[in-house]
Amino acid sequence: MTHYAEELDRLKESLLAMASHAESAVARSIRALVERDDVLARQVEQEDNALDQYEIEVDDTAIHLLAKAPLATDLRLTAVAMKISANLERVGDCAVTIARRAVDLNTEPQLKPYVDIPRMAAMSIEMLRDAISAFINREPAKARAVVPRDADVDNLNRQLHRELASYMVERPPTISRCLHLMVISKSLERIADHATNIAEEVVYLYEAVDIRHTAPKANEV
Amino acid sequence: MPEVQSIRPPEAATRPSVPAAAPGVPSPEETPAFDIRDFSLWYGPRQALQAVTIRIPAKRVTAIIGPSGCGKSTFLRALNRMHEVTPGTRIQGQLRLFGDDLYAATVDPAAVRRRVGMVFQKSNPFPTMSIEENVLVGLRLNGIRDRAFLQRRLEESLKLSALWDEVKDHLKRPGISLSGGQQQRLCIARALAVQPEVLLMDEPCSALDPIATAKIEELIQQLRLQYTVVIVTHNMQQAARCSDRTAFFYMGTLIEFSDTRTLFTNPANPQTEAYVSGRFG
Amino acid sequence: MPAAAISLRPSEVQQGWRRWKSRLITCAMGLSAAVVMTPLFLVLYFLIREGASSLDWNFFTQLPKPTGETGGGMANAIVGTITLLAMAAVIGVPIGVMGGIYLAEYGSERGNDGLRFAADVLNGVPSIVWGMVIYVILVTPFKTFSAYAGGVALGLMMIPLIMRTTEEVLLLIPQSYREAALALGIARWKIILVIVVKAAMKGIVTGILIALARVAGETAPLLFTALGNNFWNHNLKEPIAALPLQIFAYAISPYDDWHRQAWAGALVLMLLILGTNICVRLLSRDRRI
Repeated sequence: MTHYAEELDRLKESLLAMASHAESAVARSIRALVERDDVLARQVEQEDNALDQYEIEVDDTAIHLLAKAPLATDLRLTAVAMKISANLERVGDCAVTIARRAVDLNTEPQLKPYVDIPRMAAMSIEMLRDAISAFINREPAKARAVVPRDADVDNLNRQLHRELASYMVERPPTISRCLHLMVISKSLERIADHATNIAEEVVYLYEAVDIRHTAPKANEV
Repeated sequence: MPEVQSIRPPEAATRPSVPAAAPGVPSPEETPAFDIRDFSLWYGPRQALQAVTIRIPAKRVTAIIGPSGCGKSTFLRALNRMHEVTPGTRIQGQLRLFGDDLYAATVDPAAVRRRVGMVFQKSNPFPTMSIEENVLVGLRLNGIRDRAFLQRRLEESLKLSALWDEVKDHLKRPGISLSGGQQQRLCIARALAVQPEVLLMDEPCSALDPIATAKIEELIQQLRLQYTVVIVTHNMQQAARCSDRTAFFYMGTLIEFSDTRTLFTNPANPQTEAYVSGRFG
Repeated sequence: MPAAAISLRPSEVQQGWRRWKSRLITCAMGLSAAVVMTPLFLVLYFLIREGASSLDWNFFTQLPKPTGETGGGMANAIVGTITLLAMAAVIGVPIGVMGGIYLAEYGSERGNDGLRFAADVLNGVPSIVWGMVIYVILVTPFKTFSAYAGGVALGLMMIPLIMRTTEEVLLLIPQSYREAALALGIARWKIILVIVVKAAMKGIVTGILIALARVAGETAPLLFTALGNNFWNHNLKEPIAALPLQIFAYAISPYDDWHRQAWAGALVLMLLILGTNICVRLLSRDRRI
């Protein structure tokens, strides 16, 4: 295998490592919320550093590869890698946001049983997983299927915001907890957006078709 | 509340736009310069080109890429019948330039070459001639004597090949006293002086340093406004930079011909993909 | 044998012996060079020693005196040689150069091989044979020796030589110039004459000068054709004097005075040839890269 092909492989492997780290960070941050586990939340915060380093590494490798003027699939892979790494790094930041808000929430009693948030989390994590698996297994159709699901997550987020808003108005002492929950919901909605972005990049990589900004997006809050 | 200026989309008219075309086929408003059908070429018993069918668009830059020995230089030379310099060559098929059959029995090869000029890999200004004489030799030896016309063509050709400013005070100096990159531009001026319709370039930059190469690539971009350019190159990045259409040849066969952007980001044929990604050749 | 015993660096002794061997060979080469140069220096030395004193104004302006009288010169022989060379050039140069152009640029491979072979054979024909052939062709039918016959003989001798040197020089011109000119749509014959031959001109002229220098000293063919003349030649249909002939005639004579003049004539001939070769050298120098 040539030196060049080895570098391309390294790029893919770094992305995969990043993806699994990001997925696990989101899952653990939600668990930290639901199980009211401060220790886990702090862990998620600290381990985000690894994702940042991955992003730097992937971008660096990609730039080096670009200097070698790749063409065709290699070119698309290099361009897509930089975008996917940026999206994954933001997913990590979202997970950190969730973890921090979880810690804040834990200082007060739980507002009510969490139903919608775990549901949103499951959807977002599923979208992320599907996008990454489409990348690994060369399944652009699977990636295309991720894109419409973003609308569902957006709707859930809007619904949750409305509920929390009316709750806040009726019971002022719960305002801070509601605000934290709104932020968490927003973070999950953002994670779904990033997963959608990754899916779009995967479609571009394998089909050379740019499907970004074509589907009508539901209005965001 | 101050009105926010809406951001206007970039003017489409400020960029010279290439009409969108289906890959492989010039769009209706682009007349093909070369219409080639089932064109084959033999060097003695060996077949060098296999039934090539391609329509090369006019006033565009078409690049021809492929590994060594794939027939790209042979194909280029067939476009102005230069392969006939080698004895024992034979062709079959149709090759038309703006509708004229270049290989018809009544056609004089020299007439073909006045319409289809050529620039070679290693610059070759005539050693016994000055810069001025080199540029004008094609016109003079074809019988043009009008001095005013010759002087005008001299200046025009040297300006076209971006050499005028550098040599306008030294036109009597020998052609070979110039640097490598300048010599190549001199050869381009020489070829353009006879006002061909097409300019063929056989790896024109492979003997030059990167700065000279960049100048010639810039020159090619200027030339495409007036001439049809066909360039053979083994440097894919150069093809990606300079050309509008690219043809990929392998073992004498045309494998893929489409617009450059498509061929280099998403080639249709797996062989093209493999070559362009550097997996072979 | 253990690896340590073999050393790749030569020992002191070996190095010393190598240096001596190298010096020995260098000396031998120098000696050979000297041996090769010696005849040339000997020739020049003797010519100058014997002939230089006789080179006076008379020698260059006067006709030979009648047998027995001293004095006189070789003016007619010098002019005669120049005349003969001019005639030879008129015949030899155009045919030779065109033949060379044909060999280099036209013709088939087999045909050209045959032509080259013929030229090489003709180059090797002894000059006396040329004389005899021209004698039969140009002297006998007209019943007179003539300058024409001499010029023709020398000219024919020049042809194969010029043909081969012209061809070689033309082949040295890179094919890329011909292709560049072809790509401009210029007719082939124009390319050859205006571009290729012009580029090779120095080499072609060199070849012509070498051929002239060679035939300038030929005596044998002139014996049967020009014959020699003790007076000025006024009509090219008549015999003409030439330096080699005059030198020959004087050298085999019993007169000392004529021997002295023969040396002088030989020196003049030698200087002529030397001068031509120096011109060739100067022309062959590449003044620009």
